[in-house]
Amino acid sequence: MNTTMEGLVLAGILFTLGLISMLIRRNIIFMLVSVEIMLNAAGLAFIVAAARWGQPEGQVMFMFILAMAAAEVSVGLALILQIYHQLKTLDSDEASKMRG
Amino acid sequence: MGPAFYIAGAVAILSTLMVITRFNIMHALLYFIVSLLSIAVIFYLYGAPFMAALEVIVYAGAIMVLIIFFVMMLNLGPQTAGDEARWLTPRIWIGPSILCLVLLAELVYLILQPAGTAGDVITVDPKAVGMSLFGPYILAVELAGMLLMAGIVGAYHLGRQKKKIVHRFLERTSDV
Repeated sequence: MNTTMEGLVLAGILFTLGLISMLIRRNIIFMLVSVEIMLNAAGLAFIVAAARWGQPEGQVMFMFILAMAAAEVSVGLALILQIYHQLKTLDSDEASKMRG
Repeated sequence: MGPAFYIAGAVAILSTLMVITRFNIMHALLYFIVSLLSIAVIFYLYGAPFMAALEVIVYAGAIMVLIIFFVMMLNLGPQTAGDEARWLTPRIWIGPSILCLVLLAELVYLILQPAGTAGDVITVDPKAVGMSLFGPYILAVELAGMLLMAGIVGAYHLGRQKKKIVHRFLERTSDV
């Protein structure tokens, strides 16, 4: 197994762990952290690909992932704050009781 | 890739496993910071030292601290006043500390190594990334800036508190 395969396997393992956590958790902050784990694993795959081909595009994509993660966390935390104020809980299943 | 990659990868997988199995959100966030640091070490091994620095500064330094402050802000109240004492017991911080020490030993070992990355990894220096970022990808950089601006405005709009009505006749019974 060469270097690129090892990095991609590690990225796949981390992404799967984040996906599992996303699926089994009900706490909404844990779900946000799971999204962060998955974004990070995707960034790792981009970095590994950049090292494989020796091109800067992979690192450029990682910087965009970083900016996107920052914006996503700020908006997500504001949404969680609203849900917590309205429902007094962090259980994501409670939000299914909302009726427009 | 030498044993450094395997150690950092094992620390990353182990700490991510601890993240998704913790019940307390603060413990999970501490382990997630360790996971981010180990991924930064892996970035360094893959010939991206600037991205490793960005991972530590932006991810572990800014985004995680934002989430930790947010969790602390939600836990305000007299019933959770004893949380602070319980959060700082050795049983809680000993796990992330050991994992961080493994990473530190590995980092010192890598710094003491002679220059040049081993194996078939091609190092991409930050200058090439900058030339590419502000050359053919300038439109994407501007779009990322607009995305961050939209994030700021959206977070301000969503996080705004509702206006409090003090008069008792005007106050509607607002339950969920």
